[in-house]
Amino acid sequence: MTKDPFSGFPSASYPLGADPSFFDLVRATESSGPASTRAADVPVQAPRVPHGTTVLALKCAGGVVMAGDRRAVEGFTIADERIDKVFPADESSAIAIAGAAGQATEIVRLFQTELEHYEKVEGDRLSLEGKANRLAQMIRGNFPMALQGLVVVPLFAGFDERHGGGRIFRYDVTGGRWEEADYHSTGSGGIHARATLKKRWRQDLSVEDAVAVAVEALYDASQEDVATGGPIPSRNIYPSVKTITEAGVVAVPEETVRAAFERIVGA
Amino acid sequence: MSFQPYVPPEQLIKDRSEFARKGIARGRSGVAVEYADGILFLADNPSATLHKISEIYDRVAFAGVGKYSEFEDLRIAGVRLADLRGYSYGREDVTAKTIANAYSQALSTIFTTQMKPYEVELLVGQVGDNPAENELFHILFDGSVADEQGFVAMGGRADDLNEQLKNGYAEGLALADAVRMASTALAHVEEKPSEVAHIEAAVLDRTRSRRKFRRLTGGELATIVAAQPSA
Repeated sequence: MTKDPFSGFPSASYPLGADPSFFDLVRATESSGPASTRAADVPVQAPRVPHGTTVLALKCAGGVVMAGDRRAVEGFTIADERIDKVFPADESSAIAIAGAAGQATEIVRLFQTELEHYEKVEGDRLSLEGKANRLAQMIRGNFPMALQGLVVVPLFAGFDERHGGGRIFRYDVTGGRWEEADYHSTGSGGIHARATLKKRWRQDLSVEDAVAVAVEALYDASQEDVATGGPIPSRNIYPSVKTITEAGVVAVPEETVRAAFERIVGA
Repeated sequence: MSFQPYVPPEQLIKDRSEFARKGIARGRSGVAVEYADGILFLADNPSATLHKISEIYDRVAFAGVGKYSEFEDLRIAGVRLADLRGYSYGREDVTAKTIANAYSQALSTIFTTQMKPYEVELLVGQVGDNPAENELFHILFDGSVADEQGFVAMGGRADDLNEQLKNGYAEGLALADAVRMASTALAHVEEKPSEVAHIEAAVLDRTRSRRKFRRLTGGELATIVAAQPSA
């Protein structure tokens, strides 16, 4: 009947050494578990939430540009015109969300903690490949929720510190993970944005040009898809754009995005 | 049913304390010193990869001396506690006090109930928005905790080291001065010349963005130690 000296600490069982995964820790310690892991006991069919969004990522010289529109919709109502869908995952990678907002932001928060937790426990960062795989497993954990209509399909992009250069990964609801060679876009307006990306994307675009292409693709998507918000100059709302390079994840200043938009519409 | 001879509690605690003290005294020492922009942690450590000083959370750092496997165990438990707290509540709700208390509980239980006590001493520090809000906790092998200010030494030669630090310490030291002061004090009590390759140093720097913890690289340390003290 000796008291466990570590009873004050959360623990995770692991065959040997310390499990560096925060996701496993949360699952092991909270009986209720994070929402994304215990979907199966939701008895009713939840209403299908349309994933009204356009997020995209394209490779450029020295990294990746990632961008997303700012609109959130609930059915035919605009719920929010200023939400941000592109989040830094850690210092060298970012995640853009498409799908049920509540589920998606929770996965982002869990993923951010997961990466930092690994880094602290192991004293070393995960490889970009490792991060992409980990995210796939977390999306797979959300699959029962996806069957209820709460779909989460993010885009993940990062600067590969070990091999140099940017990389882009896309996901499907089952946790399938595919690496994209040049660019990708997802969400309800993703197909329209992709048409623009296909026309405009070139090998080794400069970062500035890639930002302009991203803004143009989002603008085109907003013209075709009701759930994708376009720029609203009167209220100073512009897409969120982030660059991911060796220097880290940097938000492109609003003035730059505005200038790119004004060049497109000839204002 | 096994028969255990009666050992008076005084004797038991004395024996265990002696055992732990001896174990800790065999190892090297570590210090924490408050400087102008935060808290400096510095330890004598010949290994570049097996760290004694680590990040726990945004504003909280950890340093341990003694048996590596034991303080590493505690370090990982601390990171888990911090990350889980920050995830369940908010990032600001993770404090050095919480972590120090949990360490104190764990070490105290180990000291009284396990076969042998842990041969470790720990420091948990938290940098505040201004120097008055800094927090430094010193946790001993038996779970006793002390709240320190300005500077603190741990390890086998902590008393000598504290004496040295007391002479060199001043409020609002520049980082370079704090590093030189701490490494000189360490070298003095270890009675050997200070070698940059054997110094492990890290800071909790309040001027940094979210994650305040930063390791000082070998090159950086070499430059600091080689430079003349500023007037």
